[in-house]
Amino acid sequence: MSNVFSDTFAWLADPLHWTGSAGIPARLGEHLQYTGLVMLIATAIAVPVGLYVGHTGRGRVAIVALAGALRALPTLGLLTLFVLLAGIGLMPPVWALVILTVPPLLAGTYAGISSVDRNVVDAARAMGMTELQVLFRAELPNALTVMFGGFRTGVLQVIATVSVVAYINLGGLGRYLFDGLVLSDFPQMLGGSLLIAALAIGVDLVLALIQRLFLSSGASKQSHRGQQAAVDLTVPVVAETVAQGGKS
Amino acid sequence: MQWFLANSGMVLERAGQHMVLALVPMVLGLVVAIPLAQLARQHPVLRSVVLTASSLLYTIPSLALFIILPTILGTRILDPLNVVVALTIYAVALLVRAALDAFDSVDGDVSQAAVAMGYKPLARFVHVDLPLSLPVLFAGLRVVSVSNISLVSVAALLGVGNLGMLFTSGLQRGFVTEIVVGIVAILVLALLMDAILVILERLLTPWERAGQRGHHGRAGTDRTDPGRLSLAPAGGST
Repeated sequence: MSNVFSDTFAWLADPLHWTGSAGIPARLGEHLQYTGLVMLIATAIAVPVGLYVGHTGRGRVAIVALAGALRALPTLGLLTLFVLLAGIGLMPPVWALVILTVPPLLAGTYAGISSVDRNVVDAARAMGMTELQVLFRAELPNALTVMFGGFRTGVLQVIATVSVVAYINLGGLGRYLFDGLVLSDFPQMLGGSLLIAALAIGVDLVLALIQRLFLSSGASKQSHRGQQAAVDLTVPVVAETVAQGGKS
Repeated sequence: MQWFLANSGMVLERAGQHMVLALVPMVLGLVVAIPLAQLARQHPVLRSVVLTASSLLYTIPSLALFIILPTILGTRILDPLNVVVALTIYAVALLVRAALDAFDSVDGDVSQAAVAMGYKPLARFVHVDLPLSLPVLFAGLRVVSVSNISLVSVAALLGVGNLGMLFTSGLQRGFVTEIVVGIVAILVLALLMDAILVILERLLTPWERAGQRGHHGRAGTDRTDPGRLSLAPAGGST
């Protein structure tokens, strides 16, 4: 056993594995690039739709059902199907990943908007805000924490799934797993796995930090339930429940 | 369709393997998560440790965990045990959270009343707290069931037998039908399992149907809804 560990450590420490197009920095870059591309497209689709549904309440049932049904779709099946139908290349797996990432983002956006205290929305309307102003000045700021929770979940899911993408001849850190599997090179597989796990945890920590620094300090500071009633109305109880219930 | 009929034996066998790999971890996860959540409720420090550890573990991608585990467990990489342990870890991570929410959702007055009526802690837990927290608990179980069934297929990449094999062999042979059959089979399994859980929940919580939705019951049901939504994004890890 200790053999595997020291071999893996040696593999990770080998300077040869840190340079060139198959080196760890390059693979890491590819991994993040795919993740960024998928998140960009998925966010561009999910957030507007989620805002619309959250604000108007139209299509609520459809969205919840769709998100539930798509969750059951096996990642690997969708990836292989897209590759067979659309061919090898960057975009087929990216579209498959987008399809898998839109539902959690959509659910997060929708949950965020609908978790905003109705009193706040009514007050905004009573003050004479137009519907767009209600959405962007009252609902959106209050929903951001929950929405960002959905975004974090989405990013983690994509990072995880991008490792699978290496199976169909794309880059990313997953390459080490499959190259290692073919060669029965266990240290390489284990090293790659540790890198992926570290990447996922690291990215999540960065996102958590961003959330703490930039998002709704009101909501994160009053995580003690006792203070809830004392704090202003703009931070609804539900938002907190949802934010804590979500994976973080 | 023809291909499916000709190979239905193989597909059914894979589906059987698939269900074992998905359901055993779910049951194990429940068995671990409920006492753990109960302990965590009594010790605030443990609560934060459990929550942090579970979210940290849940962050690790499944494919990576499938490969890391054999080193820790001393198993071979093809051993289905790796998949069972990995998915159990995810199930515990999700269910501990759900169980904490579930136990928190029980009305304090009801627990107090049970104590006043002379229930011992264990009896109170089994006869009062647990039944009342079932709706939220089942919401968590349904998420675990769906995500497990979908996650198992990833293990096929490493050669562990399940429906995911249809994807790998379909891709290698350039055979779309096989992949479609695999996707449909997994969706059917997930829907089937979800329906079973819904029916089970109905059978176990007959009072939920009885229209007992007064002001307190209303608040209780409302709580489950955002909980489910919040778990929904958490469901699909790969």
